[in-house]
Amino acid sequence: MKSIHRIPVVLLAALTLLTACERPPVESTQVGFRGMNMADIQNPRAEMGETGYPAALPPASSSGPKAGEVYQNVQVLGDLSVAEFTRLMTSITAWVSPEEGCNYCHNPANLASDDIYTKVVSRRMIQMNQHINSEWQDHVGANGVNCYTCHRGKNVPEYIWFSQGDSGDGNRHFMGWLNGQNQPGEDIGLTSMPQDVFTHYLTSTDAPTVRLASLQPGVDEPSPGTKNAEKTYALMVNWSQSLGVNCTYCHYTGSFQDWENSSPYRITAHYGLNMVRGLNAEYLIPLEGEYPDYRLGPHEGDAPKAYCATCHQGQKKPLGGADAISAYPSLAE
Amino acid sequence: MATYQNIFNRVQVHGEPDMGVPLPDGTIWERGKAKFSRLFGLFGEAQVGPGYLGTTGLLSLLFGIAAFEIIGFNMWASVGWDPVQFIRLLPWLALEPPSPEWGLRIPPLNEGGWFILTGLFLLISVLLWWVRMYRRAVALGMGTHVAWAFASAIWLFLVLGLFRPLLMGSWSEAVPYGIFPHLDWTTAFSLRYGNLMYNPFHMLSITFLYGSVLLFAMHGATIIASGNYGAHREIEQIVDRGTAAERGAIFWRWTMGFNATFESIHRWAWWFAVLTTLTGGIGILLTGTVVDNWYLWGLEHGLVPPYPEVYPAMADPAATP
Repeated sequence: MKSIHRIPVVLLAALTLLTACERPPVESTQVGFRGMNMADIQNPRAEMGETGYPAALPPASSSGPKAGEVYQNVQVLGDLSVAEFTRLMTSITAWVSPEEGCNYCHNPANLASDDIYTKVVSRRMIQMNQHINSEWQDHVGANGVNCYTCHRGKNVPEYIWFSQGDSGDGNRHFMGWLNGQNQPGEDIGLTSMPQDVFTHYLTSTDAPTVRLASLQPGVDEPSPGTKNAEKTYALMVNWSQSLGVNCTYCHYTGSFQDWENSSPYRITAHYGLNMVRGLNAEYLIPLEGEYPDYRLGPHEGDAPKAYCATCHQGQKKPLGGADAISAYPSLAE
Repeated sequence: MATYQNIFNRVQVHGEPDMGVPLPDGTIWERGKAKFSRLFGLFGEAQVGPGYLGTTGLLSLLFGIAAFEIIGFNMWASVGWDPVQFIRLLPWLALEPPSPEWGLRIPPLNEGGWFILTGLFLLISVLLWWVRMYRRAVALGMGTHVAWAFASAIWLFLVLGLFRPLLMGSWSEAVPYGIFPHLDWTTAFSLRYGNLMYNPFHMLSITFLYGSVLLFAMHGATIIASGNYGAHREIEQIVDRGTAAERGAIFWRWTMGFNATFESIHRWAWWFAVLTTLTGGIGILLTGTVVDNWYLWGLEHGLVPPYPEVYPAMADPAATP
């Protein structure tokens, strides 16, 4: 080959190699001490989510008879005035069923009836909102959450998860056992690691620890062995993906387990883990019997469940850190 | 052709094949045939053969193929014998070691038994190949350096798949046979045991690995660069040698003040290569067995630099009431 012909070939090869890179502008802000390589990365293409909630309805009068006195079968929000109650119902309709309207949950012939499963689920979800906003400020802060945080105008939040069962291992009797991993998992950054780490880690308040290496041997016992480490690693990849951040947003990679060198965001994440475990265990999983079959998981028939992406949807703070509850204080009681 | 002006050139001259030197016992190995391949000549010696398989070589190949097939068929079975998915998902697929609950017991075939069997076959195959390398070198009257360098790689393989799982009391600690899976395993392994970067034997292994690369580049470059003075023609150098060695030597004395000799450069390279897997194996063997957290070990031994606290209030939220 004449050397003149090599130039385009080399250029083409260089361009091909560059396709794996992220094009500018990608900004990074140092979040740890210099030399520790901790950075908060701002990539405009990764931050595609909404920033802010739909405009809140004008406040309603709190005087007058209470909803619980006027309407029948009001098990939550009964202390609101009828005007406030109606305002919140209207908002919920806009947040969750803007196209279907009131009848998505209510039987138009008898609004008090619990005939339609969505009404039973909604009631529990309102309680869950109140629980999150009052008990989990360590995670959600003063901004709180409302229905829109997850639903975004859809009947079912876009980012939910179901048990993946045994990944088909039960059908492979002689060979081909995958042990629930070794397939590109969309929720875990297309890695080959264990896919159903959510069932493992997020379904119970006494789920196995996600901690890997011990900082005080004998005090904080980590999960044993390299296999469990893959499960934690897969869960952490999911967190990164859910928040649109990389590992160093929270961790110093010299020692992932070391708290002193972590960023404060890791503490927020710690409470987030406990919160999600609690929400799944106490609110979402017990609703399993209420749903029609088509709302249940394809593998195990389990209830839809929450993880980080359910609220965060690719953002460090859901909806860009917008205030969710100051216009709806009844969701924070 | 310009390259012909260099004694070290790419011209292929095909004559009678070289059937080998007389063996130490005076005989010549006569079995086998030799032919010439133009394609092979582009990469190395154009002459292919005579080969020598022998009993150990044949058995080694059979066990090696068996292991390869077990891995491949398990991967294929895991996608329901779909040939398209097998190719498409190949980098993700793996033959998995048993789950932790089996400890050192042998699980059923489809829950890690195939993995144990594959490990056994692969080990037999590799050890037989080692015997073959050793015995062929002896038969030629050579030293056994190649076999011992190979043994160093086998050491690392044995540590990863046999010695460390035995010491940890669980086959689940072994490395899965798969492309991405073994890479994910490697990262998870480092994460679990507190960052392998603080493992001094890992440091040594990396030093020798990158050192090998550097030495390889320096040596290769020196020989090619002095090729037009006959640097590569070691036989000719003895009877009618050029000035290649002198030029290569003075080049390195000029540029770094010191040079390896044409003999010692090969010892440098051999030791760097051998020590890469030797120290690496020691580092893996100590991980989880002797040292549970290399970061903490590094703190204790002054290896970890103390960084000032950027966030003074940071503490484990689970440990604070």
